[in-house]
Amino acid sequence: MTTTESSTAPSTALAETKKSGGLTAAASNYIDERTSISAAVKGLGRKVFPDHWSFMLGEVALYSFVVILLSGSFLTFFFQASMSEVHYDGSFVPLKGIEMSAAMASTLDISFDVRGGLLMRQVHHWAALLFVAAIGLHMLRVYFTGAFRKPRELNWVIGFILFILAMAEGFTGYSLPDDLLSGNGLRIIDGMVKGIPLVGTWITFLLFGGEFPGTDIVGRLYSLHILLLPAIIVALIALHLVFVVVHKHTQYPGAGRTNQNVAGAPILPLFAAKGGGFFFLVFGVIMLMGTFFTINPIWNYGPYDPSPVSAGTQPDWYIGFADGALRLIPPGLEFVGLGGTWSFNILIPLVGLGLFILLVMIYPFIEAWITGDKREHHVLDRPRNAPTRTAIGAAGVTFYAALWAAAGSDIIATHFHVTMEGVIHTMQALTILGPFAAYFIAKRVCLALQKKDREIVLHGYESGRIVRLPGGEYIEVHQPVNEYERWKLVDYSEYKPLMIRPDARGRITTGQRMRAGLSRWFFEDRISPVSTTEIEQSHGDHH
Amino acid sequence: MPETKTSKPRPNRKAGRRHPMASVALIAIGLLFTGGAYAMFSTSTARAESDLSSQQTIDEGKKLFAANCATCHGLSAQGSGNGPSLIGVGAASVDFQVGTGRMPMQMNGPQAQKKPVQFTEEQTRALAAYVASLAPGPGLPDASLLDAQGDAAAGGELFRINCAMCHNVAGAGGALTEGKFAPALTGVTEAHIFEAMVTGPQNMPVFNDANITPEGKRDIITYLKYLENNPSPGGFALGSLGPVSEGLFLWIFGLGAVVAVTVWITAKSN
Repeated sequence: MTTTESSTAPSTALAETKKSGGLTAAASNYIDERTSISAAVKGLGRKVFPDHWSFMLGEVALYSFVVILLSGSFLTFFFQASMSEVHYDGSFVPLKGIEMSAAMASTLDISFDVRGGLLMRQVHHWAALLFVAAIGLHMLRVYFTGAFRKPRELNWVIGFILFILAMAEGFTGYSLPDDLLSGNGLRIIDGMVKGIPLVGTWITFLLFGGEFPGTDIVGRLYSLHILLLPAIIVALIALHLVFVVVHKHTQYPGAGRTNQNVAGAPILPLFAAKGGGFFFLVFGVIMLMGTFFTINPIWNYGPYDPSPVSAGTQPDWYIGFADGALRLIPPGLEFVGLGGTWSFNILIPLVGLGLFILLVMIYPFIEAWITGDKREHHVLDRPRNAPTRTAIGAAGVTFYAALWAAAGSDIIATHFHVTMEGVIHTMQALTILGPFAAYFIAKRVCLALQKKDREIVLHGYESGRIVRLPGGEYIEVHQPVNEYERWKLVDYSEYKPLMIRPDARGRITTGQRMRAGLSRWFFEDRISPVSTTEIEQSHGDHH
Repeated sequence: MPETKTSKPRPNRKAGRRHPMASVALIAIGLLFTGGAYAMFSTSTARAESDLSSQQTIDEGKKLFAANCATCHGLSAQGSGNGPSLIGVGAASVDFQVGTGRMPMQMNGPQAQKKPVQFTEEQTRALAAYVASLAPGPGLPDASLLDAQGDAAAGGELFRINCAMCHNVAGAGGALTEGKFAPALTGVTEAHIFEAMVTGPQNMPVFNDANITPEGKRDIITYLKYLENNPSPGGFALGSLGPVSEGLFLWIFGLGAVVAVTVWITAKSN
């Protein structure tokens, strides 16, 4: 069921329409006469999507978001976003009579006294973890295949903002039950904001309505969590998807695939059926997790009380990198002077992570500026064919992963029987040195793989068949690669370092020098794709 | 024991018109009687032994101490370069350290690890009696405090305030500095929990009766036993370790399953 959508004549494919009677036809006609929906169905239904598992990751995020909306709506029926004090009187014995906020008590009621409430809570939380994880994996796919290049730079930025908003949604939701764990998390946020010079204290007093924890924060976070943030997320998802339709989907290099076409299955009927089924599969996986695996057992954590902090207090996974940065920053960086307290142990992680996030967000523009490439790209890069980009990505992933792992430093220490200090120092080294190591290793691996591809194109596969020639010489017969496979191996564009040229006024600007330097860094080490001439020359060469 | 004798010939008789389960039931009743009688007998002897002030027990403990503990703790428990003085640590301390297998210590390290218990209950009590005879110290807890029938809610609150920062809210354990750690509290007997609070073994602080009343300790034990005996209402607890194990599970199994589904859906049919 593979067709090719030509960009020049996309709609001619549906020239002939089948005529059939019956209820379906009548109903369709009724709707069409009143909505003119057939134009949209005709256009969208013939929209072609390429088939590859990695193209489904964004859909996973979308579907888990739908699950979050459904389960979250259920939870709002029973949750009370209030910090007024009550004595718990539900059915969980070890908390009976304990003083807590109405938010905590209602979350416990959802867990123990509302039919299906605990399942919905767990489904909501697991779906949230899956949502952010799927976004992360989707972003990695987009990055490493170069799908963010023109014309998709803006969609990368939208997607990245969605990632940040998803984290914000997660954190506000994590804080709502007002249990011990979430209160500890809020206390860390409070401390981080207070660490900002001049304005920090003002901001937290504004946020918490006075000194931490106050009695306002749960209500405020609730408004953000169920109203403002979801509204922005839904709007941005819509925009994100509109762009996907407008840009058409990218495709991996392969025989017959060019920047002018999309090879794959049209949405109707097969892709829509698959996608619809896929929604239920994702839903099913989340339901199974919610059914069988405890998540966020607030009944263990108990109500928030500023004095206790449990061992193993961590944020949900997607905030882990920030928690890890706070754990890794060496002590002794704060000082009092210049009319205030300067907490560089907070400011350095804050600024460092802010810069990291900013760099990832604007990476498409940085790369476009360095390459100077203004063409549209609809055929993806295989990661090996963009060695420097892949290496930068590997370095970024290592940096993030080291910070992320550091958030679990205490768990690593107890479960691998090592010292806490050893774990922290190792992670500190990994955070700084790991990215460099990852960069060089990834780049070398990419270049080596490119060389291997080149070798295969020119000389074919080693067949393992040894032949003795009349002269007594032994050779191994090489199996030439067929044209279909060869396409994939040679279809990539080669970039060369930019030459510095004087501008109209005969000058060479600093910007140009920088650009040329970066370009050299990007493209100095490169393996050119095999040219047609080379292939022809090598023909007599297939031993 | 006459019960055993009466129960023995029963299975040999072929089950003719009798109900097939009759012999099984008889054996069960017989065993119940025997076991009950034995249990009564053994508790009564345990009570007799628990008299830590009897000179005979102390003497026995002294011998055991000289043979097994004196190398590090000194011949008269005065301590040495390898082990602290035990004068005044009390019977509770000995019962905890020896009763959980931490003493005799396997090797020097950040802290003494739990291991299979090396002494019988009788021997442990003898050692406790000897150490208790050297100077006054915390004694063995009264059985009424160990029944786990206190107020679980009050115990939970005390636990979160006093214990959770090291042992984790669910008693799953946690890391301390320099390779030390607070162990998980599942599977620890009521008496050992109580003794640990009273004596503060290793890095643990002492929670004396002014700090947490004996009833408070009983409540804490009640709470811990509640957690141990009632499985997590939400399903598998994933080690009760909090968001780290949840995140790991999600990435490996949740996302793993979903990616497997994507591969399955997009696989080309042959």
